[in-house]
Amino acid sequence: MKTFFAFIRKEFKHIFRDKRTLIILFGMPIVQIILFGFAITTEINNADISFLDLSHDSYSLKLKNKISASGYFHIDDELNTYSDIEKSFSKGKSKLTVVVGENFGTDLINSKDAKIEIITDASDPNTANILSNYLSAIIRDFTIESGALPPPNLVIHSQMLYNPENKSVFMFVPGVMTIILMLVSAMMTSITIAREKELGTMEILLVSPLKPIVIIIGKVIPYMVLSIVNAMTILLLGLFVFHIPMNGSYPLLFAEIILFILSSLILGLLISTVSNSQQTAMLISMMGLMLPTILLSGFIFPVSSMPAILQYISNIIPAKWFIVIIKSIMLKGAGFGTIAFETYVIAFITLILVILTIKKFKIRLE
Amino acid sequence: MRRIIYIVEKEFKQIFRNKMMKPILFLMPLIQLAVLSYTADFTVKNIRIYIQDQDMASVSSRLINKIEASDNFILSGVSFTYEEGFNNIQKNDIDVILSIPEHFSRNYNSRRPTSLYITADAINSTKAGISTNYLQHIIQDFQIEEVQKRGITVKPGIEVITRNWYNPALDYKFFMVPGILVLLVTMISLFLSGMNIVREKEVGTIEQLNVTPIKKYQFIIGKLLPFLIIGLIEFTIGLVVALFWFKVPFLGSIAVVYLFTFVYLILILGMGMFISTITDTQQQALFLSWFFSVIFILMSGLFTPIESMPGWAQKITWLNPIKYYVEVIRLIMLKGSSFSSVRINFLIITFSAVLVNLLAIRNYRKTA
Repeated sequence: MKTFFAFIRKEFKHIFRDKRTLIILFGMPIVQIILFGFAITTEINNADISFLDLSHDSYSLKLKNKISASGYFHIDDELNTYSDIEKSFSKGKSKLTVVVGENFGTDLINSKDAKIEIITDASDPNTANILSNYLSAIIRDFTIESGALPPPNLVIHSQMLYNPENKSVFMFVPGVMTIILMLVSAMMTSITIAREKELGTMEILLVSPLKPIVIIIGKVIPYMVLSIVNAMTILLLGLFVFHIPMNGSYPLLFAEIILFILSSLILGLLISTVSNSQQTAMLISMMGLMLPTILLSGFIFPVSSMPAILQYISNIIPAKWFIVIIKSIMLKGAGFGTIAFETYVIAFITLILVILTIKKFKIRLE
Repeated sequence: MRRIIYIVEKEFKQIFRNKMMKPILFLMPLIQLAVLSYTADFTVKNIRIYIQDQDMASVSSRLINKIEASDNFILSGVSFTYEEGFNNIQKNDIDVILSIPEHFSRNYNSRRPTSLYITADAINSTKAGISTNYLQHIIQDFQIEEVQKRGITVKPGIEVITRNWYNPALDYKFFMVPGILVLLVTMISLFLSGMNIVREKEVGTIEQLNVTPIKKYQFIIGKLLPFLIIGLIEFTIGLVVALFWFKVPFLGSIAVVYLFTFVYLILILGMGMFISTITDTQQQALFLSWFFSVIFILMSGLFTPIESMPGWAQKITWLNPIKYYVEVIRLIMLKGSSFSSVRINFLIITFSAVLVNLLAIRNYRKTA
């Protein structure tokens, strides 16, 4: 036990000796959470669009004003002919062009089906899709207001549960918190053993009476402490800067956070044991983890829309499960019962990672 | 000149001596490009819907059938009470509840005002918005069908035609593949160069280089060239995958794309070198390059649109090299824009490349 504590003390000294790394470690998540929390959103306000009015009557003017007033669109460019559309798109600013057909007003009054064309710049399919949906809704309202259609007798009310204003903050901030926590934790441990190998101090550790499992635990504990500090900072930012509501139980949330941190730290250690230099460890932990975690965790893109095989693969990403857990606890106030399955999955993945790390841990150097 | 070639030779030897490097450098990015490009899709499919039917009459059952038959929705249950649906939302088992009130069919058939209620799990705001929208469309189509059944033709009032230019099938891969390619090439180049000089510092071999007669600029160029070559090879392989596997259209000029890639790589490598000269250990260099690359990636407009960001965040993206490059490659490949429409981006990237590399040369001290 005494040797174990000595080992942990050594690890802490290693960490605290390097002040620059410490600043980076604690400062980095703060900056990133704040930046991404605000910047990562898919809400569209004031999208730049172009307007081509071939009719120039009072109705087309009314429609134009209605579109501008909606808040979703900003009419940036008024075009004169069809051939201008191409030009306005290739500059890259305008996302969509509304073309109001000739005799728009007279057709509308005589209920002869007035024509509107929506031309989107679909090189960005998502924006194109959302914008043309918004615009169709505006045009539908306009049709009813202008008296060309009778008001419908069926009204559809929609309610946004947990998030009445349907803000994307609730979707992205928990995701950002998860991703940053996971990547920082995994990265910290991923180079520790590789570093000792490269600097030659690994031999000293190996000839010491410490068992591999003790070395692994000793490597995890100090970083666990750092990661918990990071997790708390991240959580506080989520609560007070982004006003994510906390409807569930704190002890449950903390327990889940610790489990998740553990899985990330062990993943880092596993990378560290299989790589032969800090450089390879780093490339694996960054190149190998960053994109797959961002993309397969459902943080930005919905997992349920992915091809089936990728949906299966996404199951081995602990972040995917943790995002569900954190959202359920914080936003829905769920108890352990509803997130038991997700928790067991993370625990199971962690267990497998532990076994792999111990197996891959070489007690001899080549 | 000969000195530079020696440094280049040394670097190549050092990189490929490590057996793990080849697969990491070439295989890993390609696999990611090929696999992950399928994930980056905002299309909402397989929406799990629960229907609370308090009407249980002719119209409501026809509506339920219509929803069940649609491609986007999976009907996961129908019940009389709301609680069951709500519990399912709580457990993440469903996404939307549609409530059909009592006497819906009767009111609907006699044209009395009536309502339908949609409740969406709005934690995933995009999905909630899109699902509600789909559902409204289905209900509108349903209404038209119902009217047509009575033999009346319906006039839409305004006929809206939507055309999606450049990507009529709304294939997300066209948009994402070039972006992900840019990203992978950037990360490899940044990490390789960021770790390079600092590694020599940490291992101690920098002293041996310092006592050679090599000039500072020759040293930086010699370090830069191998990575530039690796980056260009990597980009080329990725481009082949994009064009022939994903069938991404390439409307613009290939020469312009390569010109950009060349300058861009010099910029990214310069940044790596700069990080390498200001840090003492590989660990520090690693964290710093990680810090910047995550920011660059998530704020590049690659996954979420820059236009959606708040004003101050949009200003920060002006300093983001990935943003300029992603913009250019998308404009040229997908829209066939000419060099003149991306001239500003070219000037910015070139200027920063020169600046960053000068900084790196200045910062590299030959004395320990």
